[in-house]
Amino acid sequence: MDTEALQQSFDEKIDKDIRIEPKDWMPADYRKTLIRQISQHAHSEIVGMLPEANWITRAPTLRRKCILIAKVQDEAGHGLYLYCAAETLNITREEMTEQLLTGKAKYSSIFNYPTLSWADMGAIGWLVDGAAIINQIPLCRTSYGPYARGMVRICKEESFHQRQGFDILLSLCRGSEAQKAMAQDALNRWWWPSLMMFGPRDADSPHTIQSMKWKIKRFTNDELRQKFVDMCAQQVEVLGLQIPDPELKWNEARGHYDFGEIHWDEFWNVVKGNGPCNKERIAARTKAHEDGEWVRRAALAYAQKQKSGIPESQSAKATIKD
Amino acid sequence: MEQPLWEVFIRSRQGLDHKHVGSLHAADAKMAIESARDVYTRRMEGVSIWVVESKHIHASNPEEAGSFFDPAEDKIYRHPTFYKLPDEVEYM
Repeated sequence: MDTEALQQSFDEKIDKDIRIEPKDWMPADYRKTLIRQISQHAHSEIVGMLPEANWITRAPTLRRKCILIAKVQDEAGHGLYLYCAAETLNITREEMTEQLLTGKAKYSSIFNYPTLSWADMGAIGWLVDGAAIINQIPLCRTSYGPYARGMVRICKEESFHQRQGFDILLSLCRGSEAQKAMAQDALNRWWWPSLMMFGPRDADSPHTIQSMKWKIKRFTNDELRQKFVDMCAQQVEVLGLQIPDPELKWNEARGHYDFGEIHWDEFWNVVKGNGPCNKERIAARTKAHEDGEWVRRAALAYAQKQKSGIPESQSAKATIKD
Repeated sequence: MEQPLWEVFIRSRQGLDHKHVGSLHAADAKMAIESARDVYTRRMEGVSIWVVESKHIHASNPEEAGSFFDPAEDKIYRHPTFYKLPDEVEYM
């Protein structure tokens, strides 16, 4: 088939909501966009483990510690589902790792903010995972098959993340004055960065229109952000906390909450790498990658040795030599 | 040096087929199975795992799907609904 016919058959599949699969023909830009989006998403899951891992040793109870470990393990799993989905588009894991560590690929800016108190674990679960869920649910129907299937798995697991965060905040809010103040402080610091997770305004989002046409995205950044604000504005009342936005107000005519303007300078500044923890996060990932190098090499050397059937006592010398 | 890629198949319950769930990198089959347990069955999603190195999977060509699957297309008589039974026959 010539390119025109292939393009036509691709467009027809998109129109009819038929998923695109790895070996199907696809336009080069569709592939490129997916690689960018899926790998960015995978990197976010992996870097996202860092701010929370920071609190595992200091979780207030054994129960909270078990839950936090399980959540961080899930993030690792989510990163792996997504890396594998991206690999079906002909990019290798090594290339993606390199892009992350050299700063060529981005990850969600939210993870460049520090986690200063235990209440931050609550705020991250409720707000950051809450925002992620709103972003991710429509991605279960995204047009690329492996990405959609990965997202279904992720969404199933993600709702526990949001609930455990809300549960942490609820316990603090029902505790002492100091505990409630800690929860409010976490909300104050995480609210605006969470709204930024939906990306630039529609008018400033260069990829949105094409991604909607390809049905990679199903809703625009602003639509999803509004949904998130509406959800939080109601749930915050159960906590008895205040969302740090004086302009937040129910708008009867729109049927939505109005909210204040995001500090876009801060958003772009963090995206460009100047957030409070950008350097620290990449340094931690680089160290983990380098520290693991000998383990990966040893595992491969062992596999080789098993395959070639050399008895262990003899091959040990050979391995040391190289 | 990249670790080989493995495809993972999981039997969710005794009596069901193994189903493809995704892939992962591992140095050998044993590590692939252990990683598959950690990546794909954190919530009791399986009772058995198969892994196979991705390079051993051969696939039909999607571009030729039309002609490749064509032979079955016009054989509706392979389906029971093709046959009209008299009303007197209640179950068959």
